[in-house]
Amino acid sequence: MLCECGREATIHETVIINGKAIEKHLCEECAGKSGLGAQVHAPLHELVSSFVKAISPAEPAQLSCSVCGLTYAKFKQTGLLGCAHCYAAFEEKLGPLIERAHEGATHHVGKIPRRALERSRQGGPGRLESLLGSAEERRVRLEALQRQLHEAVQAEHYEQAASLRDEIRKLDELNGGET
Amino acid sequence: MFGSVSNSGGLGPDYTTPTEWLRGQGRCSDVVMSSRVRLARNLAAHRFVPQADRTQRAQVLSLCRRAVERVGPLRWVDVHTAQEFERRLLVERQLMSRQHARGKLAGGIGGPDEPRGLAVSLPDERLSIMVNEEDHLRIQVMRSGLGLADALAAADAADDMLEEELEYAFSPRFGYLTACPTNVGTGARFSVMMHLPGLKLLGDIDKVRRAAEDMSLAVRGFFGEGSEAVGDLFQISNQTTLGKTEQVLLHEMEAEIIPRVIDYERHARRMLVEKRRMTTLDRVYRALGTLRHARLISTDEAMELLSLVRLGVLTQLIPAADIKPINALLLFVQQAHLQQIVGRELTQQERRSERARILRERLADVG
Repeated sequence: MLCECGREATIHETVIINGKAIEKHLCEECAGKSGLGAQVHAPLHELVSSFVKAISPAEPAQLSCSVCGLTYAKFKQTGLLGCAHCYAAFEEKLGPLIERAHEGATHHVGKIPRRALERSRQGGPGRLESLLGSAEERRVRLEALQRQLHEAVQAEHYEQAASLRDEIRKLDELNGGET
Repeated sequence: MFGSVSNSGGLGPDYTTPTEWLRGQGRCSDVVMSSRVRLARNLAAHRFVPQADRTQRAQVLSLCRRAVERVGPLRWVDVHTAQEFERRLLVERQLMSRQHARGKLAGGIGGPDEPRGLAVSLPDERLSIMVNEEDHLRIQVMRSGLGLADALAAADAADDMLEEELEYAFSPRFGYLTACPTNVGTGARFSVMMHLPGLKLLGDIDKVRRAAEDMSLAVRGFFGEGSEAVGDLFQISNQTTLGKTEQVLLHEMEAEIIPRVIDYERHARRMLVEKRRMTTLDRVYRALGTLRHARLISTDEAMELLSLVRLGVLTQLIPAADIKPINALLLFVQQAHLQQIVGRELTQQERRSERARILRERLADVG
């Protein structure tokens, strides 16, 4: 689900206006601007939004990508996505699908486009975030790598452990470079 | 219409010589024919191939072609305008997929005229880059024998050079974004093509299948997805691409699964030579006999028999100085290469007889 500004919506709100229930899907920033920000982390809000999600129809028929126009129905038919934005547009549905296809993996670890990374390091934290993700995503990734490292050591796969340690060091460095 | 693809000398391709996966060099080349690394990449601001119209595909093609030129002196083929015959040669040499030759994607999207290209490094044919296959870019590096690490290093370097020119589609969560979500993350597919006649003769191929599936690796045939394992040639490749680094994926294949399969196969061959010597001797010599005397032979039968002869030579049941001419025949019995060698278009019946003739000639000194 996307916010009006095109970013991933993380705040889902149902407002009653003139006796009509209207659903709003906003990213944190837009929610803050529209005055919803204060309630963002209230447990009650969580309850309401998850309730709204639970009662909303499971499969909106016309779910589609706003950039390339691919419908989710068409994707289900071909198994192929239409553009990079499709991943954001269908993230809610794709997430679990991808997780199943990749043995429970949820986050990328490994190569990051080299030139893009170099440019981002010179261009400030915002750009780096577009490659490395939010603080939360980085934490998830580091944890996954540390888990893999632990398993590799347990299994005495030392070469693999060494390459994982390098990867963790690289990510640590990148994180440090930003702060 | 048949146009024999000429061997223009110098930088031109020579389709009458074997290619990288048949060189019979590298580690464990008694069992491992070749190792391949393939990276899937897409451009950020462009529609993926399945959702792009012809104009958009042509635009991506020209952008990628320019970037490909930076990688080195590669031979470029406009696949959509290439002759059907040359497309077939390129598929047989494993430089591009059958899907790329046809131009058709899953769900029947596309067709033979859709703008798409292929770049190949010459003369070694170790690097090839498909443009507008299922993804904008598929970088493929091949190595004879077991050499995934070397292939990954080369693919990685080519990838960096392409990225100098191109903006890749990438997300922090899903990594390199691909048309099919089963390829996201590293976008890296490692495949090892193995010749497993020993396990096949002992009826133990399912053991390999099970072991591979336990590690969520896929076992496929000669030409990849959906193809039969003709000639006892099996491709083992990773299925998951997300959540593990390239190095870990590589390690799981090259240090864990593949050595185990190599051991199984070598053990099977020893069993066949030591415990079932006469039966095996009979099998490999009957195969050689048929190949040296048949007057009509199909591709599949030729592949099956060549597999047994290869087993015979590698186990020294059949004396032969060199395995390479036999490897080469695995390619030359294929439809397009056969016609390339003969130098003209052949009907199916003619192919069967010409194939038999070439096998007779080239195996005259073996055994």
